[in-house]
Amino acid sequence: MSAAATQEPTFVRQLLGRSDYAIISELVERGSKVLDLGCGDGELLAWLVENKGVTARGVEISPARVQHCIMQGLSVYQGDIDAGLADYPDQCFDFVILSQTLQETHHPLRVLREMLRVGRRIIVAFPNFGHWSMRLSMLLTGRAPKTKLFPYEWYDSPNIHFLTVEDFEQLAVAENLEVERRIFLSADRRVRLLPNLRAQVAVYLLKKKS
Amino acid sequence: MIVETQCAHFDSLPLDCGEMLSPVTVAYETYGKLNAARSNAILILHAFSGDAHAAGVSRENGKLGWWDSMIGPQKAFDTDRYFVICSNVLGGCRGTTGPSSLNPATGRAYGSAFPVVTIPDMVRLQKKLVDHLGISRLLAVAGGSMGGMQALQWAVAYPEAVASAIPIASAYRHSAQQIAFNEVGRMAIMSDPDWNGGDYYESGPPARGLSVARMIGHITYMSDESMREKFGRRQRPKDELRNGFDVDFEVENYLRYRGGEFVNRFDANSYLYITKAMDNFDLSSGYGSLSGALARTKARFLVISFTSDWLYPSYQSQEIVRALRGHNLDVAYCELQSNYGHDAFLVEVGEQTELVRHFLANTFKKAA
Repeated sequence: MSAAATQEPTFVRQLLGRSDYAIISELVERGSKVLDLGCGDGELLAWLVENKGVTARGVEISPARVQHCIMQGLSVYQGDIDAGLADYPDQCFDFVILSQTLQETHHPLRVLREMLRVGRRIIVAFPNFGHWSMRLSMLLTGRAPKTKLFPYEWYDSPNIHFLTVEDFEQLAVAENLEVERRIFLSADRRVRLLPNLRAQVAVYLLKKKS
Repeated sequence: MIVETQCAHFDSLPLDCGEMLSPVTVAYETYGKLNAARSNAILILHAFSGDAHAAGVSRENGKLGWWDSMIGPQKAFDTDRYFVICSNVLGGCRGTTGPSSLNPATGRAYGSAFPVVTIPDMVRLQKKLVDHLGISRLLAVAGGSMGGMQALQWAVAYPEAVASAIPIASAYRHSAQQIAFNEVGRMAIMSDPDWNGGDYYESGPPARGLSVARMIGHITYMSDESMREKFGRRQRPKDELRNGFDVDFEVENYLRYRGGEFVNRFDANSYLYITKAMDNFDLSSGYGSLSGALARTKARFLVISFTSDWLYPSYQSQEIVRALRGHNLDVAYCELQSNYGHDAFLVEVGEQTELVRHFLANTFKKAA
């Protein structure tokens, strides 16, 4: 068995909380140029460099996390995503990744458009606010939903935009985007039926319609 | 680690001002061993008042190098792995040719007859030294403040000779505020009658002017927080009834001490020449823009700034980072938290060490 093959399942297990990482690592092509927005401690980027030989760049707002990334040899700069992409030339990346951060940005649409400007393809993963547990929580308690997926109080949540699978589908149509892949996850299982009700996390691979 | 400053001599150096400086001496130190492939050399570039003695204990005077916390075995610039070079800048007064050197035309010190020098001139001389040492490509050029300016100049002027650049707490050109502080320092020196138009080497230096200039400098290197922590309003012991203009506060005592001490190790004319070189430096000049200049470089970059540095604020580092990103060049950037102001790159070495260490290791791996 090759090194990558033995490593991949471990990787998936290690990142159970972030099953989207496993999917993203499958979508990214070997040797491509990748920009990860909100790259955190750089675990995904480091994995992609090691196992897929990508040229990696990252943006992260937390100084401690940026330091962690740089110490791993990653070229990451400290900055915020909302303002950060303007300097990059058009289409300079093969993949631009936004993993579970879209709902935290101030101007999600602007960020998506910028991603499509600098990247040939984009990968967007987001928590699905349309999940049945959210709907049920709101219906039964009459309060801002607080679930395993969204464990925050309304006042301390980093999530400032709530979107569902259906919302994202409609946006893709409105923005004239071609959805190449759509993968829905519940914990680390794939969901195929009724994703807007059953998916906890959605991962999209998109590009501009030519 | 006992170290000794060495000298290299060159017949001449062409300057940006059109003049030819001849002969030229450059003082330098080296630490660690050059490997067989000559691929592990790092050039350290000192800040305004630094010198070639960056690390170890000087055989001459027993003093520790100015960046000893960063250079040595197992340190950020690990001398077990890398061959580290540091030289005194052109126009300096610590062994490299400068205004206090002997002018062969007159047999006396140059004084104000010394030609105007620039940051690119300094770097041109460093390139001669590096060539002289038989190194065609540097693993890294690194420095804080004016050292960062030189690192940038290296990456743009000699793209083939630089694998990586580490400008710390630096700028690609001075702001009006930075020029203004330098100008006050220069005026303090030039308004001291002992300056004598720059020709004081026989009569004695403008000590008062130079020490005032240094006092101003020290204020700009610290921050409000670091001064509050270090001195607060702590007073010197004094006669309660006396109320004059002597030293009342610890901070005054510190500045006077630093100013006085500086006179013993630094030449007033070097102060004028080097601060002018910094003020005149603009990496973009001749290239249309910063982006145009940086388009030439092939280096990886690690850019570092510090939160409380108001002399070289983070936005100046970010300008460099943004221009590099515009070419999608390999750049890592981090703004480190520190209360030490501009001095942080000299004293706040914990996190800086980790960043530099790993960045260098990675660059070495990629270059191999």
